[in-house]
Amino acid sequence: MDAVAPVTSVVGTVEVVNPGALTTVQDTGRFGWAHLGVPAAGPADWLSHALANLLVGNDAGAAALEGTLLGPTLRPRVDTTFAVVGGTATVDGEPTPVDASFPVRAGQRVAVRIGPGARAYLAVAGGFRGEPVLGSRAGDTFAGLGPAPLVRNDRLPVAVMPARPRRLRRDLLPPADGRLRVVPGPNDDWFEPDSVTDLLTGPYTVSTSSDRVGVRLSGTPLRRCRPGELATAGMVTGALQVPPDGQPIVLLANHGPTGGYPVVAVVATVDLPRIGQVRPGVAVSFTAVSRERAVRAYAELRAAMATAVV
Amino acid sequence: MRLRLAGDSALLVEVSDTVEAHRVRAALECARAEGRVPGLRETVAGQRSVLALVDPLACDPARVERVAASGVAGTAPAAEPRTVHIPVVYDGADLDWVAEHRGLAVDEVVRRHGAAVYTVAFLGFSPGFGYLSGVDPALHVPRRDSPREKVPAGSVAIAGDLTAVYPQATPGGWRLLGHTELAVFDPKRTPPGLFEPGDLVRFTPV
Repeated sequence: MDAVAPVTSVVGTVEVVNPGALTTVQDTGRFGWAHLGVPAAGPADWLSHALANLLVGNDAGAAALEGTLLGPTLRPRVDTTFAVVGGTATVDGEPTPVDASFPVRAGQRVAVRIGPGARAYLAVAGGFRGEPVLGSRAGDTFAGLGPAPLVRNDRLPVAVMPARPRRLRRDLLPPADGRLRVVPGPNDDWFEPDSVTDLLTGPYTVSTSSDRVGVRLSGTPLRRCRPGELATAGMVTGALQVPPDGQPIVLLANHGPTGGYPVVAVVATVDLPRIGQVRPGVAVSFTAVSRERAVRAYAELRAAMATAVV
Repeated sequence: MRLRLAGDSALLVEVSDTVEAHRVRAALECARAEGRVPGLRETVAGQRSVLALVDPLACDPARVERVAASGVAGTAPAAEPRTVHIPVVYDGADLDWVAEHRGLAVDEVVRRHGAAVYTVAFLGFSPGFGYLSGVDPALHVPRRDSPREKVPAGSVAIAGDLTAVYPQATPGGWRLLGHTELAVFDPKRTPPGLFEPGDLVRFTPV
């Protein structure tokens, strides 16, 4: 899965009529530079991002738009094909089929409505273009690398590729469990055993100060069983970092590559899309699984993705 | 050395110090380049650890562990560290404060900061921000109680037993000793950053 698809000529633009609350361009992420302090960025919900791309015939990792809570309104300047996953869309006020690609003519207005989760992805057949930075078109909202968040009147370059109609069969994807699966560790030994039980009993509420760097949770505080501070260590997306106040922060795609708080558990890759979609105020709960089970669930999801877009 | 799981997409190799961490990272990077650890995507140095980011569907943790162990044992190939030279104008806003706090003349602060050979322990905070260990104990000072809202890019600063150069204008709580004109991080340059984990660094007063 290459972050940057082979260069094809840019033949059109998409005009930003209204950027929404926070809309960014995201490919799979800026990989290979974490050791230099560069965040990967990429989509908060990799699954919806990939499915939107597959619906328009792109590589799963092509650059698409990620909208947050309040979706963007766009006007393509070329005839093209869009797909939205994680929300719905209207074209000149008319609803488009849900979870399916739809044709758009130059000059039509496409409004994206986000929900039920916090983020929706809009892909265009051919992909969003623009100069990659360090090999990626991921908009890094923390370090300021790659394309900046959309603003009104932006003209986003796009490649144009013919696309046949496609739709998503959600019934072919494995059902999401009610609880988020986590693999305990690597620093669970920094916490009172009771506290780890508290984490797995939950629930924890998503705070309004959450962003693409991390989802802040509030609930029963986790108590440490040892003094001192952790030596700074590399951090992985999905890590439940616990600052001294005991309220976990789940690291999302735009987290820094290193951190200094102990990590009690890490969300399984298969469930990262779900933590990337939580809205402020909702309750989440966690269940511990082995690495083997987490990998198996991820393998099943990847296999299902291959057949779910028809 | 101890291998800990960090979810299904990462493995944390804990070691006893920064030197060992760099040896483990070098061994893993060499094995990755030679294709000896399928599914190993990248490695991140920490103070006393290396995080291996992996493809959960392709990586066998036991292979990561074996290669990491060869790094600790010193049986894996290790490259000579490079030395990065940073010209510094010692005109920082906290230079007088540091001198006073440590009971040293300003010239002595400059002399001691410029005399040491530092090691890039790890990077983080912002792209290209290297945490450099090896600060003269006479220069150890606490961070500011409240960080500055904007530290200028190129600022050379100290905090605790570490020194650093701010690559971008960012908020920061370290004590500013001076500045360099060098661009610490430029995404258009290859490599984009001046510092890599394990590099040696010298500051030269200009």
